[in-house]
Amino acid sequence: MASEAKSNVLDPLIDTNPITLQVLGVCSALAVTTNMMAALMMSIALTTVTAFSGLLISSIRNHIPSTIRIIVQMTIIASLVIVVDQLLKAYAYEASKQLSVFVGLIITNCIVLGRAEAYAMKNPPMLSFLDGIGNGLGYSLILMVVAFFRELLGAGKLFGIQVIPVANEGGWYIPNGLMLLPPSAFFVIGLLIWAIRSWKKEQVEAADYQIHQVHRTEVL
Amino acid sequence: MEHYLSLFIRSIFIENLALSFFLGMCTYLAVSKKIETALGLGVAVILVQAITLPANNLIYQFLLKDGALAWAGYPDVDLSFLGLISFIGVIAAMVQILEMAMDKYTPVLYNALGIFLPLITVNCAILGGTLFMVERDYNFTESVVYGVGSGFGWALAITAIAGIREKLKYSDVPDGLQGLGITFITAGLMALGFMAFSGIQL
Repeated sequence: MASEAKSNVLDPLIDTNPITLQVLGVCSALAVTTNMMAALMMSIALTTVTAFSGLLISSIRNHIPSTIRIIVQMTIIASLVIVVDQLLKAYAYEASKQLSVFVGLIITNCIVLGRAEAYAMKNPPMLSFLDGIGNGLGYSLILMVVAFFRELLGAGKLFGIQVIPVANEGGWYIPNGLMLLPPSAFFVIGLLIWAIRSWKKEQVEAADYQIHQVHRTEVL
Repeated sequence: MEHYLSLFIRSIFIENLALSFFLGMCTYLAVSKKIETALGLGVAVILVQAITLPANNLIYQFLLKDGALAWAGYPDVDLSFLGLISFIGVIAAMVQILEMAMDKYTPVLYNALGIFLPLITVNCAILGGTLFMVERDYNFTESVVYGVGSGFGWALAITAIAGIREKLKYSDVPDGLQGLGITFITAGLMALGFMAFSGIQL
């Protein structure tokens, strides 16, 4: 029990990361990573929703008829997102202004429903809660790393504070505008996956088709 | 007529949901290994999109919009804050119906899609389409055209990347990039390509 709880929180950070291994929640990872502040707020909001939706769905899992389970899950998730949205509006109005679209997008974030379907429907509430926190943190980790590179290279800033003096303000760095456009998020995440899988060899996917094992300059 | 045609073309190419707005990426990256599966999912998305957009349009026009309840004698009621939850409710209901129908009539496709069929509910492309429809204030006919067009554009994008990936498996990719990594890079390049459409005015 204790070891399962620990692995529920720690595994999704790198070993079973929702974005780089399970391919969940990619849309918002592309959309909110142009600056780190938005990425941080999004991470906190998403982790909260994932954890509590896991807890709630898991505690009523035995009463949900399987044919209408998606509607039940969506209602719970949408209600939680509305609660988070209202809380942000009440206590962090400026941040909620900046995030308004993205908070609504949490409803359609695959991590929340993906974990509800794959874990919370089969496991007890506390473990599901921890699973939600773990997956939320794994998502946050990737978001922060991607946002770090995009904001640093695209605008020379971190959390909105200038760290590299850019050329049009008299500095030496010419910002790379491509880093602020969405395609760059694909490249950064792709390279990040490469880095993680070079370190964790067991995540490498087997090739569908084995190329002849002869050095390529030799005659086949 | 011309107006609808240009809306249709625009929703497929210029405002492609997958490659210009990056909606529905989870499914886009995970279910694009084989052309057949991608095509099946694409058809499912077109179906769901073509049904839910007009349905949501009617709900928005006659129930939620500011002053929409005038026909029922409540001209001052604005229920638009309920938009998000009603739209997702309609989408979830449609997907569940589609899932049950597929389980019965096309079990092969049902098994191939696996967890990604229920995940169409959280496919941002579907909710995104509805939100764009509300934002741009489409009428009923426009919402039908936009629903079919945007679904078709998404299906086109996922079939295209599935085609690339089928060829890509014969290439010699570095170990760590194998599979998901190279797919991200490919999608990034496709997105760059689709950015070329963004200057076209219709």
